[in-house]
Amino acid sequence: MTAQILAVSIFIAMFILIISEKIERHLVTMGSGAAVLILVFGLCMKDMEAIWRTLNFKSLATLNFWYQAGEASESSSGINWATILFIFGMMVMVEGMARVGFFRWLCMKIAKMVHFQVIPIFITFMLMSAVLAMFIDSITVILFLAAVTVELAQFLKFDPIPMILSEIFCANLGGSATMCGDPPNIIIGTSLGFSFFDFIMNTGVMAGISLVVILVYFYIVFRKELKVSGGRKMTETDMAKLHVEIKNKKEFLTSCGIFLLAVVLLITHAMTGLTVAFIGMLVAVLTVATAPKYAKEILGKVDYKTLLFFTGLFVVVGGLEETGILNVAAQIIGKLSGNNNMVMIAIIIWLSAIASAFVDNIPFAATMIPIIKSLSVSNHIALPVLAWALSMGTDIGGSATPIGASANVVGISVASREGYPIGWGRYCAKMVPATIIVCVISTVYMFVHYL
Amino acid sequence: MSKQLIISVSREFGSGGHCIAEMLAKKFQLPLLDKNILWEIAMERELDHRHLEKYDETPKSQLFTRTVKGFSSSPEENIANLQFQYLKKKAENGDSFVVVGRCAEAVLKQYPAMVSIFVLAPLEDKIDRIMEKEHLNQEEAKQYIQKQNRKRKNYHNYYSDVKWGDSRNYDITINSSRLGLKETADLLEIYIKKRRDVGENS
Repeated sequence: MTAQILAVSIFIAMFILIISEKIERHLVTMGSGAAVLILVFGLCMKDMEAIWRTLNFKSLATLNFWYQAGEASESSSGINWATILFIFGMMVMVEGMARVGFFRWLCMKIAKMVHFQVIPIFITFMLMSAVLAMFIDSITVILFLAAVTVELAQFLKFDPIPMILSEIFCANLGGSATMCGDPPNIIIGTSLGFSFFDFIMNTGVMAGISLVVILVYFYIVFRKELKVSGGRKMTETDMAKLHVEIKNKKEFLTSCGIFLLAVVLLITHAMTGLTVAFIGMLVAVLTVATAPKYAKEILGKVDYKTLLFFTGLFVVVGGLEETGILNVAAQIIGKLSGNNNMVMIAIIIWLSAIASAFVDNIPFAATMIPIIKSLSVSNHIALPVLAWALSMGTDIGGSATPIGASANVVGISVASREGYPIGWGRYCAKMVPATIIVCVISTVYMFVHYL
Repeated sequence: MSKQLIISVSREFGSGGHCIAEMLAKKFQLPLLDKNILWEIAMERELDHRHLEKYDETPKSQLFTRTVKGFSSSPEENIANLQFQYLKKKAENGDSFVVVGRCAEAVLKQYPAMVSIFVLAPLEDKIDRIMEKEHLNQEEAKQYIQKQNRKRKNYHNYYSDVKWGDSRNYDITINSSRLGLKETADLLEIYIKKRRDVGENS
């Protein structure tokens, strides 16, 4: 009982400290993780096995971690090294792509293809945001897309805010479609043994349907703002200024090749047996090996703080799991739903969406995974169904408020830094209805398709 | 001190600090920068300044904002940083000016051409001034002053390592009620001229 109380207290303190931003979040989770290992496992439970299980170093040395012949299996609890290595690998690859100017080149190329017309840019950038976010982290996608949008807005004299808001939403939506699009999906996929294909066939379908509806929604709500303000044609001089020169074509093509390889390997990983951890490490090695001169620069830009944040977080959630407290939470959700699967799915989608609108969806998803595992057993409901509900709820809910997801924060910041501030009112007025629309679509789809 | 002159005037709400800053700008024939910084920024970037003004000198909400990899979702913080960049650029270009508030004494502390001033006044004098200016009764004026000063303090202390109104952070801290606004400005003029002389001779 003491261990349970202590584990919950550490978890709550960690959450409050993350929200308060007084201490950097990686220090918070690492400190909380250390507290769980020493106080909960060491002093209260006196269980060295629990410490080793949570640190999970053993998994790294197994063949299954890198290559899985046949069905992927659920990973053991504790630190999810597959998630950490995969995210590391993708970070290295994205840094390599950014260095050769891939993202700016792609944005400008698409803008040029639609002859720098505001509404076609608006539509194509939303699509590009969703597609890129399926494979690349949404922060990077929005960082480049929002910057180019502001640049184009200054040339074409339109208000960039509607376009940036739409891009943010589509990045979060695109991220929900695949296993590697959004951190909660990577954690869900690697923890529960799902493949890229599993996600595409489930959350991918929901995201695809939602994307069509959302494109129409944003067009309806923003068309007047974009038409009123978008009133200048591009001149030859403007186009020359916006032209993106690829400095080193060989490096550029290599970087694009590595990205394509990553996409192909991810799509086929269930067939090839290569795990996401292997794919992540492979693209990292290839990125560094093909640009050895810039290896230090690329590796130096990797966001190690986020990797440490994940590591500490997994330990804290491991603490909750080992002490059995998450089973209690699962029983509460089971009771609330009256053991009705329809209600349970709705609760998971909407609870995850509402929670993710205000708190970081990564710790939320990590905490919910053991809960849905327990619910699946106690309520005889297929685990994948609960996993898709959790995935859609956490990924989409984050779009509702300016603080819900990292992409929102980055997009708002890029716009504000250029003199286009976005407050809560303007943000939520259009993004909350969009979030509700996608949550409704997902709920209805799940009721029809899985029950 | 070089020929460049930057006068930063921080002030308690209702202390008459803004009026003193205006007088100093006239005396030294310098442009006065206050919320017009945002007008300048808006003009440079062809923006509507009204969209920026509501975030002027407004503290960041800790609860409703989030920071990711150095990117803040707070419009207040981003607008404040735009103003700080504007001030630094002007100082870097060697421009002379009088700036009111906006953490200027902290933002521009590395420029030897800066003279930093903090203007304060007793509460009753601030109340009288605000009652007259804003047509409020005594209680309303008192509450308004307290609210505005809390806002200024929170704004300043978030962006600066030093505390708002702490005399150790300013070259001169002055009570505007002792001499009145005009005499206070005259006294500050003497001090600033002395500082310039010392600077030029050093």
